[in-house]
Amino acid sequence: MSLLQSSLSSLRRQLVAREISPADLVRATATAIEARNGDLGAYLSWDTDAALKEAEKADVSLPLGGIPLGIKDNINVTGQPCTCGSRMLAGSYTAPYDATVIQRLRAAGAIPFGRLNMDEFAMGSSTENSALGVTQNPAAPGHIPGGSSGGSACAVAGGLAVAALGSDTGGSIRQPAALCGCVGLKPTYGRVSRFGLVAFASSLDQIGPLTQSVEDSALLLNHLCGFDPRDSTSLQESVPDFTAAIGRDIRGLRIGLPKEYFISGIDPDVEAVIRRGIATLESLGADLREISLPHTEAGVATYYVLAPAEASANLARFDGVRYGHRAADASDLMQHYLRSRAEGFGPEVKRRILLGTYVLSSGYYDAYYLTAQKARTLIRQDFTRAFEDVDCIVCPTSPTPAHRLGALKDDPLQAYLEDVFTIPANLAGLPAISVPAGTVHQNDADLPVGIQFISRPLDEATLLQVAHAFETAR
Amino acid sequence: MSTHAIDIHRVATLARLELTEDEATRYQQQLDRVLDYMDTLRSLDLEGVEPTSHALPVCDVVRADGDRPSFTQDEALANAPRRVMDQFQIPKVIE
Repeated sequence: MSLLQSSLSSLRRQLVAREISPADLVRATATAIEARNGDLGAYLSWDTDAALKEAEKADVSLPLGGIPLGIKDNINVTGQPCTCGSRMLAGSYTAPYDATVIQRLRAAGAIPFGRLNMDEFAMGSSTENSALGVTQNPAAPGHIPGGSSGGSACAVAGGLAVAALGSDTGGSIRQPAALCGCVGLKPTYGRVSRFGLVAFASSLDQIGPLTQSVEDSALLLNHLCGFDPRDSTSLQESVPDFTAAIGRDIRGLRIGLPKEYFISGIDPDVEAVIRRGIATLESLGADLREISLPHTEAGVATYYVLAPAEASANLARFDGVRYGHRAADASDLMQHYLRSRAEGFGPEVKRRILLGTYVLSSGYYDAYYLTAQKARTLIRQDFTRAFEDVDCIVCPTSPTPAHRLGALKDDPLQAYLEDVFTIPANLAGLPAISVPAGTVHQNDADLPVGIQFISRPLDEATLLQVAHAFETAR
Repeated sequence: MSTHAIDIHRVATLARLELTEDEATRYQQQLDRVLDYMDTLRSLDLEGVEPTSHALPVCDVVRADGDRPSFTQDEALANAPRRVMDQFQIPKVIE
């Protein structure tokens, strides 16, 4: 087994025992990237020399001391590019500060190494919306890795990173983790500071880990969470040791099975894998109960009103003046804005800015935006009621396995509908995790399938407990 | 059937996006279809339902109004596409 496919705890032991050095880990990562990134396209850029310099100073007595981590290319790391997969920022922007999560990881000894590809400004579920390159599914070349954190999932599942950070606005950590075959966790909204994450939809965005195992996820989460005065939505909550949840059995734990998640549109092969997963949970002594989340179907429409609305406001900052692409030779300020933005943004970003601008515009605000905000209340209340009877919810992460590259290129609505199982946790601010559950054989490939667990606000511990029990028993 | 006729040119101007005619036609069709789908929200009973802007309760946050470390002028201008006399340069706005 390659060094990069070791667990964080095993790497920690080897580092502390001086069997390996932080520089060995950085070199192993760089070697893997140089050998295989040309085919997989997980990374947009990486600076081995800078990482080796950090490795020299790394303190291996720290909890993540000397561990290199891949970073989604929308999280600011001082001195590194932060392209967001966009021509708007590629080649023209160098991050002048560290995001809070990067400061925390550095304080724990980790080394941010490499910038991972993504759908442009995190808008998409396939990474095909990146303006800067194609990312493949490492389990099935020719297929999408999912998205928007497709580079992160590809790197972790494909052995090009020990672990990575992603961001999740409507499933962008969990869905690519499911499609590539790794673990992806979206924390409770407000658990992890968004300071330094390039904003897409501020009321939904959350940073989280993509890892090879549930235990690694818990360990990384320990060093991501915590109050940050620089993020006004950051929660003033204490952070438990999430690794304490690892290894606890799930006998008697009440797990809800939302009947609305097993109706139309789900691929029968995927459903079979999930049903087997549910049987595994039962064999572990969990108390499975059918529950109802009646407004599930409204989730997609709600999300695709609210997220583009927030995005249209957030992306107004790209004005070609302070940073980012600037059109040449505009004759006046209006033309400067119109052209700088037209040249800098790709098609999906333009689509969502237009949609968001429309639903916020005079005469349509009540019909779309306010209606969606009210629908969001109903979706939130569904979960509040469900969690009176259960401790955790189980469902598929994605209704389908990875498509072939290009399959949904000209059908944005169909692509949006595939987010149906991941969006509700964002709308309700709930923590959720995707764990590998098996594979389906389609298109001459064995395509990974993820099972998703959702829990109450701030109850990541239960998620990790269930996810670890499942991972161990499968 | 689409009940929408999104005025794509007006919306694009509001959004400060220049569109080619091809783009305008394509986005018009795609967004009309997406908006049709959004109409499914109208079948919900929303009478008396309060809107949610954030999933968890958020309140106004204030900080002490004091000095804090911040970018130097050079750092703030480092990513500017055009910089003149230590300022951001924009096209002429006053005749």
